[in-house]
Amino acid sequence: MDLKERLSGELQKKVPEHPSFTNFNTQHQQKWEDPSILDYSTRIEPPFHVFNQTSQTQSSLPRNPNNQIKVLGQDGPVNETLLANKVQDWDPSAMLNNLSFLEQKIHQLQELVHLIVGRRGQVLGRPDELVAQQQQLITADLTSIIVQLISTAGSLLPSVKHTLSAASPSIGQFGQFGGVVFPSGQGLNGGVQPQSAGGSRISEQPNSVDVSSNSGNEQNHIIEEHELKDEEDVEEGENLLPGTYEILQLEKEEILAPHTHFCTICGKGFKRDANLRMHMRGHGDEYKTPAALAKPNKESSSEPTLIKRYSCPYAGCKRNKDHKKFQPLKTILCVKNHYKRTHCDKSYTCSRCNTKKFSVIADLKTHEKHCGKDKWLCSCGTTFSRKDKLFGHITLFQGHTPAIPLDENKGSAGPSDHRGDGNQATNKVGSMNFNFSSNVSSEGGVQSSVDVKGSIDDPAGYFSPLNFDTCNFGGFHEFPRPPFDDSENSFAFLLSGSCNYSQKSGED
Amino acid sequence: MKKQKKECFGGFNPFDLLSEEIIFMILDLLHRNPLDKKSFSLVCKSFYATESKHRRTLKPLRQEHLPAILCRYPNITHLDLTLCSRVTDASLSIISNACTSTLRSVDFSRSRLFSTSGLLGLALNCKNLVEIDLSNGTELKDSAMAAVAEAKNLEKLWLARCKSITDLGVGCVAVGCRKLRFVCLKWCLGVGDLGVGLIAVKCKQILYLDLSYLPITNKCLSSVLKLQHLEDLVMEGCFGIDDDSLAVLKHGCKSLKSLDVSTCQNITDSGLSSLISGAEGLQQLTLAHGSPVTSSLADCLKKLSLLQSVKLDGCLITYDGLKTIGNWCLSLRELSLSKCLGVTDEGLSSVVTKHKDLRKLDITCCRKITDVSVAHITNSCNFLSSLRMESCTLVSRKAFGLIGQQCHLLEELDLTDNEIDDEGLKSISRCSKLSNLKLGICLNITDEGLIHIGRGCSKLIELDLYRCAEITDLGILAIAQGCPGLEMINIAYCKDITDRSLLSLSKCSCLKTFESRGCSRITSLGLTAIAVGCKELSKLDIKKCHNIDDAGMLPLAHFSQNLRQINLSHSSVTDVGLLSLASISCLQNITILHLKGLTPSGLAAALLACAGLRKVKLQAAFRWLLPHRLFEHLEARGCMFQWRDKVLQVELDPKCWKLQLEDPMP
Repeated sequence: MDLKERLSGELQKKVPEHPSFTNFNTQHQQKWEDPSILDYSTRIEPPFHVFNQTSQTQSSLPRNPNNQIKVLGQDGPVNETLLANKVQDWDPSAMLNNLSFLEQKIHQLQELVHLIVGRRGQVLGRPDELVAQQQQLITADLTSIIVQLISTAGSLLPSVKHTLSAASPSIGQFGQFGGVVFPSGQGLNGGVQPQSAGGSRISEQPNSVDVSSNSGNEQNHIIEEHELKDEEDVEEGENLLPGTYEILQLEKEEILAPHTHFCTICGKGFKRDANLRMHMRGHGDEYKTPAALAKPNKESSSEPTLIKRYSCPYAGCKRNKDHKKFQPLKTILCVKNHYKRTHCDKSYTCSRCNTKKFSVIADLKTHEKHCGKDKWLCSCGTTFSRKDKLFGHITLFQGHTPAIPLDENKGSAGPSDHRGDGNQATNKVGSMNFNFSSNVSSEGGVQSSVDVKGSIDDPAGYFSPLNFDTCNFGGFHEFPRPPFDDSENSFAFLLSGSCNYSQKSGED
Repeated sequence: MKKQKKECFGGFNPFDLLSEEIIFMILDLLHRNPLDKKSFSLVCKSFYATESKHRRTLKPLRQEHLPAILCRYPNITHLDLTLCSRVTDASLSIISNACTSTLRSVDFSRSRLFSTSGLLGLALNCKNLVEIDLSNGTELKDSAMAAVAEAKNLEKLWLARCKSITDLGVGCVAVGCRKLRFVCLKWCLGVGDLGVGLIAVKCKQILYLDLSYLPITNKCLSSVLKLQHLEDLVMEGCFGIDDDSLAVLKHGCKSLKSLDVSTCQNITDSGLSSLISGAEGLQQLTLAHGSPVTSSLADCLKKLSLLQSVKLDGCLITYDGLKTIGNWCLSLRELSLSKCLGVTDEGLSSVVTKHKDLRKLDITCCRKITDVSVAHITNSCNFLSSLRMESCTLVSRKAFGLIGQQCHLLEELDLTDNEIDDEGLKSISRCSKLSNLKLGICLNITDEGLIHIGRGCSKLIELDLYRCAEITDLGILAIAQGCPGLEMINIAYCKDITDRSLLSLSKCSCLKTFESRGCSRITSLGLTAIAVGCKELSKLDIKKCHNIDDAGMLPLAHFSQNLRQINLSHSSVTDVGLLSLASISCLQNITILHLKGLTPSGLAAALLACAGLRKVKLQAAFRWLLPHRLFEHLEARGCMFQWRDKVLQVELDPKCWKLQLEDPMP
């Protein structure tokens, strides 16, 4: 199925869910109250003031499910322009789709403006900022529509298309364009400014080229923020100095796309190498030479290029550039694996144990190699293939304790007088004892450990050790189980499957 | 005791006027001899009841008695099971049911046969358990540790030689027992970096940590040194720790007071300096059998201003090293240089002249030192309380006079294998505090010198006269009369000693250890006197006392109820004598080699009758003469067999013996 069609179809479906203004507004207010942002904004020169605030808001949007459409809406054109590169012949149905999408967008905007007009009298408090925000929102939407319009038209006119796709620093163009059409566009002015400051490397980003200028601004600005921030507190983790590397952030869809070829400059992924080379032409004339186009031989790194580091698009993640202790990811592959492991469903289930789930297929394959051999078991039910991993896990979590393999032999009992008088405590002792010793007769160690795992419905049991590998504990803040302070609990499950001790001991 | 009894019979009991607390305070003072309390409890019913309530510690002889004695003594806090070699799970459940919240400390270090379930019951029922000694529990597995981990209030845990436990077991303990303060993992060969690291991370209160002979590296050391309260760290024989790994440690442990890195051959001065960096409060340092002590190593210890004790046993020491130690500005209290190669008169003199506060000095086997060193030691270290100088053979007999003249505070003196003579002993008899005197293989001493000791050193507790061939009954008589507190005496191979000595020694009622190997003139009569007089006798060695026979065993069996260890080899004891010993309930070790009168069936009967046996040394021939099932049964009861197949050797004259000893040396 054509990607474009699918996207636009999705868009149409989601359009009615466009965030209502009130919704947006409240969220925005909250953001404004956030002390960190307030604090931050004081550091910025006055012209940036308003814009900065908006960009913060927008960068936080993906958290809200309703806002996903926003992202999609911005991404739609990207893919379209990309496709426009490939698809030379004109597709009427696609054009129709585009046009209807534009229509929808304009309608939305209209409604929005209606709402603003309607609410104008009611909102007190900070009228100035509110007006600015509204203005900006509308400007952003309008810009997006214009870009969409141009790209749609571009598919008709080969010459236009060429300038669009090839001329990389076209953001400036858009910015100016927007500035001309909407003279009141305060946000746009702000948007242009970072570009001039952020300089050449920012403008090379495909996102900022192809996506609406709105999202482009947003990104540019975030980079700017990061740089500003880093000048103040020195990063410890990696030795890279804040200014010395460039941060790229791929969008979620791009990360999840099944690409295998990645642009070394911007990190964009492609299914086919040919497409990548085509894309490379957009990065400058040196990629247009027949040599560069002919073979994917990547030499010619004569000029010192900036080191690239990547940011995870998931807001709040430590690998996200907005995180206070941001730790960049080194390669695109890292981004892909990190995103899938940390922020995606684990859809690959191990066919052997039916317990372990993975989001990266390579992880599943690695696991399957060792599945069944996991012998290091924690009291929470998590198994580990390596002892040091188990101990790392136990060090980390309160109350977790190593589970002793069940096949361990019980110490040889005394010759005759093993059974004591059967008062209560002895019974208790006996039943408690079960989980260590008397399982031996019934089942093998591995099998029973699987049973144990199966018997608890505790999400903690499903945490794969891989999560620890990637050093991402963002997800654990929402650890659904109460903290494991009470280790009686952790022992309790071992007991649950083991109530038949007294019978057994009675037999012998 | 007798006085009290009389008053009781007089119809008026003054103890009725005393409150229980006061009687308890009186009982508190009866701690020296355990038999005193027994006598007290036997006076009358009320005394019996009072003593039952008062007793806090218990050391039962057999596990079979546990139900009865735990019922009798309800307030037991410390249970010492070292005399019970067999402690089954059933016994443990009896203990855990009887002493629920009172029990605070248990010692299983000599016990076997219990398992996880027993320990778990103990841990769950005795909530206030603070200390468990599971040393030598070679059969204990990780599951047992998981059971121990249920004792949440545990503060002291001894796991020496628990070879079967691994990181997992220690991990369970680390997670379960968060209050641990004293942990001994010596010889737990299955425990590595992960277990030790986890215990250091989880148990923040640790004060004492023994990691001797563990296969650990610096991986766990970094977390161990982060312990805020760690005062005593023992890392003897940790071969995995070397300079390279120690170099990574930038910060040491500030709270550390005592450090033992003996036998860590891969640690030199550079590694040591990073290990003790920051540990400015270090008081005790043991570097025995380590890298050579040079001036650079001595220099790196210079910064430790509170250092009191340094042990360098078995190290190679250079003159510069000793000189640098002598130049430290602090004054050591304890210095141990035993078996150090390279200790010379010059080096030792430069040390002892500076460290005038020395209390303990060990120069055992520093064979190069002469009278010069002894003169310097006695001149400057007047406060010496312990001097050990075995085999300093170049020191002449005159020098020993200086010891007695200058060091009056000596309590321990080891002169084994020295040239000391009666004049020297006369001088030493001025050390009135002397409690431990070793004169083994001092061939120049006679009764005359020993009589001086008997007159002067009334506080003598241990006396070693091994192979002092000139000693006769006269000398022993003087000791027995002058030193009533004698607890240990060794008169092995003093051939002229007869029953008269033993008769006189029987007045030393505290005698616990008596060794008279090769005294062929003593007979059963003398032994009977010892058995009757010395009720506390716990170790007896009458090897090669050919004239001791069954007649000596019978009184022994009757009176020496505390006998724990006996060596009967080469004596004339037969089946009857051996069988009679079975009535000594706490007898644990017996050595019975070359007993001519011993038959296989007699041996079998004796072995079966001695229920508490732990270790038996036997002639290898018996292995095939007795049914295999018998040994299996005995081994299941907790008894270990050692088989010997040595040919009888003719005894040599002491002087020949010494010559033979010195002969192979160049």
